[in-house]
Amino acid sequence: MLSIIRERLRQGHRTGKYPKVEPVLPERFRGLPTIDHQHCQPNCTQCIEGCPFGALQKVAGKLELDMGLCLFCPECSAICEHGALSFSRDYHLSSRTRAGLIVDETEFKMVEALDAKMKKLFGRSLKLRQVSAGGCNACEADLNVLGTLNFDLARFGIQFVASPRHADGIIVTGPVTENMKSALLDAYAAVPEPKLVIASGACAIGGGPFKDSPEASNGIGDILPVDLYIPGCPPHPYTALDAMLRLMGQL
Amino acid sequence: MNRSKLIRFQHGACIPLAELPRLDFATFRESLLEEVANHARVASFFGHPSDDGLELYAILAHDWQGDLALLHTRVADTYPSLTPDCAQLHLFERELAEQYGVRPEGHPWLKPVRFHNPWVDTDDIWGRNAKQHPIPGDMDFYRVEGEEVHEVAVGPIHAGVIEPGHFRFQCHGEQVMHLEISLGFQHRGIEQMLIGGPHPTSIYQLEAAAGDTTIGHTTAYSQVLESLAGHDTMPRAYAIRSIALELERLANHVGGIGGLTTDVGFLPTASFCGRLRGDYLNLSAELCGSRFGRGLIRPGGVQFDLDNALVDKVKQRLAVLEPETRGAIELCFDNPSVLARFEGIGVVSTDDAEELGLVGVAAKACGLVRDARLHHPFGSGETKFDTPVIEIDGDVCARGNVRRREIYASHELLRDTLTQLPAGGIYSPLESLAPDSLAVSLCEGWRGELIHTAITDSNGRISRYKIVDPSFHNWSALALSLRGEQISDFPVCNKSFDLSYCGFDL
Ligand code: SF4
Repeated sequence: MLSIIRERLRQGHRTGKYPKVEPVLPERFRGLPTIDHQHCQPNCTQCIEGCPFGALQKVAGKLELDMGLCLFCPECSAICEHGALSFSRDYHLSSRTRAGLIVDETEFKMVEALDAKMKKLFGRSLKLRQVSAGGCNACEADLNVLGTLNFDLARFGIQFVASPRHADGIIVTGPVTENMKSALLDAYAAVPEPKLVIASGACAIGGGPFKDSPEASNGIGDILPVDLYIPGCPPHPYTALDAMLRLMGQL
Repeated sequence: MNRSKLIRFQHGACIPLAELPRLDFATFRESLLEEVANHARVASFFGHPSDDGLELYAILAHDWQGDLALLHTRVADTYPSLTPDCAQLHLFERELAEQYGVRPEGHPWLKPVRFHNPWVDTDDIWGRNAKQHPIPGDMDFYRVEGEEVHEVAVGPIHAGVIEPGHFRFQCHGEQVMHLEISLGFQHRGIEQMLIGGPHPTSIYQLEAAAGDTTIGHTTAYSQVLESLAGHDTMPRAYAIRSIALELERLANHVGGIGGLTTDVGFLPTASFCGRLRGDYLNLSAELCGSRFGRGLIRPGGVQFDLDNALVDKVKQRLAVLEPETRGAIELCFDNPSVLARFEGIGVVSTDDAEELGLVGVAAKACGLVRDARLHHPFGSGETKFDTPVIEIDGDVCARGNVRRREIYASHELLRDTLTQLPAGGIYSPLESLAPDSLAVSLCEGWRGELIHTAITDSNGRISRYKIVDPSFHNWSALALSLRGEQISDFPVCNKSFDLSYCGFDL
C-alpha cells in the first residue's frame, strides 16, 4: 500500500489543462493543411499527381485539399517546389459536413454545435458506442487514449459505452469491410432515436488507405447519415476531443 | 538429406525463381517434415497461381543458424494435407483452401479463415455461393453437447473500443472446455491490392496493415523491395528504423501491461501506464509527426532525419520516462494480489508452443528464443541486439514479464543506437525490382516476427505478396490457453497475448 502511495506521488498529477490551456503538439505534427495560393503555380500539378488518394485537385485553377481523403502524410508538401503547400500544427480539423473538410481559399470553419433541441439532450452528456469496421486499430487506439489520465474524457461528460442501447450515437472507424457491414447496421439500429453518427478517421470518411478495396466500402457516407467528420489517419486525440466538445457546444 | 532440394539463404537475398528447384509433392512433403524435425519452423507457407496449377512455397526458419530454407512444389485441386504431421501448417492450409479452392485432403479442421470469395475462378470448397459475399462467422463451430453444458458467443462487436472478432466458448459452469475464434471481420484485401505493385498506394496500406505495428510492417515491406531492387540502404536509415521500432515496442508493451492490470482491476499501474504509453507515442511523433510512425519509413530509406537537438531531446525524454515506467510496472509485479491473477493462468506448454509455431512474446514466454533482431538482423550491425528475453512458465505472468523485460531492453538498445547514430544520408530512391524473383524479409515487431515475402513477374511487378503477422500464428495459442480456465479469466488471457485482428485479417 505504501509503495502505491509513494509511486502515486512520484507519478504526479497528470490531467491536462485542456481546454483552458492549448496543448503543445510536436514540431513535426501535420495538422490543418495550408495552401499559399500566391505561390501555387497555375499550371503545376505535381502535388496532385503525387497524392495516390486523390485528395488534391484544382477547381477553376485553384488548388483544393480534401481532408476527408487526406492521410496527412508528408509527401505532397515535400513535392511542392514552390512552397505553396504545407501542414500547420493546427489540430482543429473536423466538420459537420463532408464539404466542410475541403481546404480552399475560404477560411476553414470549425465544428458547429448541435441545434438547440439536440444540444439540450446531448450537450452535457454524450454516450457513444464505438464500432470498429475494418480499419487498422490506430483510430481505436487514439480514441482509447482519450480515457487516459491526461485527457480524462469523462470530465467532459463523454463516455464510450458497451451497449448501443445505452448510447446516444455511434462513432465509427474503418472503411466498413464487407464482413462488418451488417454488424455496423445492427449496432446503428439498436441505438435509440434521436441519435448521432460520427465518422472518425480517413477510413470511415472516405475509405482511407483502403479506398476502392474490393472488400470494403469507401467509408460510412453511403451507408449512414453522418453528423460529424473527424479527419486524420488516425485523428490526433485532440482533434477528436475538440470535434466532440464543439459538437456538444462546450467550446 | 539432399541439400539441392532446398535453397538456403539469409533474409535480404533476392532469389531468381529459375534457381528454385520445384520438387514433386512427395519429396516436398518429406523434405519439409525432415526440416521441421531438425528444428526448423514454418515461418511462411503460401500459394501462387500459375497456368499449370498452384505453386506452393514453404519458408522455414532455422533461427540459431540465422538462415532460411525455401521449398517449392506445385499442386492441383487437392493434395494430402500436411497438418496431421505438422500442426504449424493448420491455418496456412485453411488459408490456401479459401484463397485458391485447393483442398488439403485429411485436414482435421478445415474451416474458412477470413470469409471472402476465392481469389481465382474456382469452386468454393465449402460450397458457398460465388455470387454473394460469404457471411462472416458462417461455419461449423466445434460444439460440446450435454446437460449443463452451455455456449457463450461474443462479438463481432465487443464491449470496449477494440476491433471485431467472434469468440465461442463451450463452458461447463464457469469452466471453459473449448474456445473457438472466428476472425475475418477486418479483412480489407490487402494482399490482393498489392498485386501488380508496388503501387503508389501500397506503402500506405502496409502502414495500416496493423496500425499499432506501422513501423514493423513498413520496415519489413521496405526491406523486401530493397532486396528485390538490390538497393544499398544507408546505415543511418537502418538505425532510424530501429529507433522507431523500439519506440513502437515501448508504447505497445507499456500499454499492454497497463491493459493487463486494467483487466485485474489494479488501477495504479493501469492509469500510470496509460499516460506513459501516450508519452512514448508522442516521441514517435517527434520523429515523424505521427504518433503511429506514419510517413517515416519508405522503401529506399526513411523520410525524417534526427538532428543533434532532436537526438538530445529524445534521449532526455527517455531518461525521464524510464524510471517512471519502471516505477509503474514494478508496482504490479510486486503486488501479491495482482500476481495471484497472473500466475498459472492461461498456460501454454513449451511443446505446444513449438508445435503451433508460436512467435514473439507468446513464444518467448514459453522458453523459446525466437527474436528476429537476434537471429535475422538487417543492415550491417547498426544496432547490436544480443539480449533476447525469455521466460519459461508460459502463463499470463510470463507473457507480462517478457514484455516488462523487453521494455527495459528496448531502453538500453535505444540509448546505444541514439548515441552511435551512423552519419550519412537517409534515403535514396529504389531502382526497379528484379523480374521473376523472390525475396523474404523478417522484422521483429513488438508482438513478434513479421515476415513478408514478395514474388515478381517478368516485368518486375509484384505478382504475389505474402504477409505473416505474428497474430496469425498466435491466435490459436490464445484458444488453447483457455482450456480448463474460468471464463472470467478470458480478458486477462486475451490481453496477455495482445493479438491483432487486422494484422491477421489483412
Ligand atoms: S483512418 Fe488510418 S488510422 Fe484510422 S483506421 Fe483507417 S488506416 Fe487506421
